[in-house]
Amino acid sequence: MSDHYIFSRGRLKRKHNTIYFESGEEGQKALPVERVDNLHIFGEVDLNSKLLNLLTKYDVRLHFYNYYGFYTGTYYPRTKNVSGFTVVQQSMHYLDPKKRYYMASAFVESGVHHMLRNLRRHKEKTGSYVDTIQAERVKIPDGRTIPELMGVEGRIRQTYYRSFNEILKSDFIFTKRSKQPPADPLNALISFGNSLMYTTVLAEVYKTALDPTVSFLHEPSSKRFSLSLDVAEIFKPLIVDPLIVSLVNNRVIGKKHFEDFEGIVLLNDQGKQRFIQEWEKKLATTVRHRTLKRKVSYRMFIRLECYKMIKHFIGDEPYRPLKAWW
Amino acid sequence: MTTSISGVQVYYYSVCKRKLWLFSKGITFENEHDRVLEGKVLHERSYPYLERKEQLIDNTFKIDAVEGEYVREVKISSKMANADRMQVLYYLDQLRQRGVNKKGLISYTKERKTEEIELTPVEERKLKESLQKILDLLDQPIPPPFKRLPYCNQCAYHSFCYAREETEE
Repeated sequence: MSDHYIFSRGRLKRKHNTIYFESGEEGQKALPVERVDNLHIFGEVDLNSKLLNLLTKYDVRLHFYNYYGFYTGTYYPRTKNVSGFTVVQQSMHYLDPKKRYYMASAFVESGVHHMLRNLRRHKEKTGSYVDTIQAERVKIPDGRTIPELMGVEGRIRQTYYRSFNEILKSDFIFTKRSKQPPADPLNALISFGNSLMYTTVLAEVYKTALDPTVSFLHEPSSKRFSLSLDVAEIFKPLIVDPLIVSLVNNRVIGKKHFEDFEGIVLLNDQGKQRFIQEWEKKLATTVRHRTLKRKVSYRMFIRLECYKMIKHFIGDEPYRPLKAWW
Repeated sequence: MTTSISGVQVYYYSVCKRKLWLFSKGITFENEHDRVLEGKVLHERSYPYLERKEQLIDNTFKIDAVEGEYVREVKISSKMANADRMQVLYYLDQLRQRGVNKKGLISYTKERKTEEIELTPVEERKLKESLQKILDLLDQPIPPPFKRLPYCNQCAYHSFCYAREETEE
């Protein structure tokens, strides 16, 4: 099972029982449907309902990104893992302020744990940032409202991103986080990585009985699957950020991989492709799991997080977020 | 309140009470599990000569096939023989309640072995007890706690049950 990325312009179609991608430049390419888990569409692609029916049968999700590489939406097959019971329990944990705060602070706490883990790898240079973050971190369990918690998280993240200036070897500089639009190459990398993180989490959430719209740290809204944003807090510093540091410091991605559209800085196609190649490698990396007693990929760690949440919601075992131990 | 029970639920009751509870609440992991897929293929390929297979009775339970005086069920292995028996006994009892008297035959195709099942008064009593216990279990608000079983490794719920954080250092 794997993810496929389409950058060129063309047509996705069903032929017999598999997927074909037709493009003027590259001709026809078969994508065996049994082996595809997610399709990411970055290019301009035509498709029809016959294809969607095939994707539904094989449980393949289709993620779309706009011209700038920002996530726009997903076609996801009619979900097979429906548990009204779980959704009701999940919602109950949202409605009770104490229970909601417990979940929200768990996501933040885990995220900060992973940020500090990254900074400790560059101890000599990041000591003062670590201290600042530690001082802010103690407020996580004490906070009373979600906005306060968001504030703590925001301040920690600002400090954390600023420390990238000590870690990054080349002339990538962090001044200020700018999301829409990203104003510099580093922000473009962060945005692109977070976008991939979001869809990866979403794809894993869909494989479980969780409802992706009921979230805790982020306010559930109709626009986005905000539970993915919550869970991404855990994994952004564990997966995206170390990847960015390695891409920049090993000069896999350099200044020539960006385009500047009147102040909007974005990765170009080659830059995106390089990023995705390393991204897929990273997700497939395995670690021996202490309680499963087998090797588990980073992607699977996301699913396991969902399982632990379900156990928490149904009153089985209190949720304790992942804190990378390796 | 749960009213109708399926054959799979009777089977799970003998295998793992936690699995039964989770499955009954719609928390399922069967979709992508290899062993479950293997079972599905086995079922599809069994009894090619029979037309009446996969019979859904009264919209509540499904039996593999009926052949003469036997209700048939195929299984990959006899490791869960007791659970298999309970499942078939349940079918026999359900049929009897509808005025149909049959015997059961479980085929362990890989092992070239079959087992004949009869719904004796003793078995019937055992079954009734289990069904009541299943109903009681499904009324529990939380799942039975995790308990390590020798066959956990092969279960589709393995990752779910074993995914936990070790005590913090």
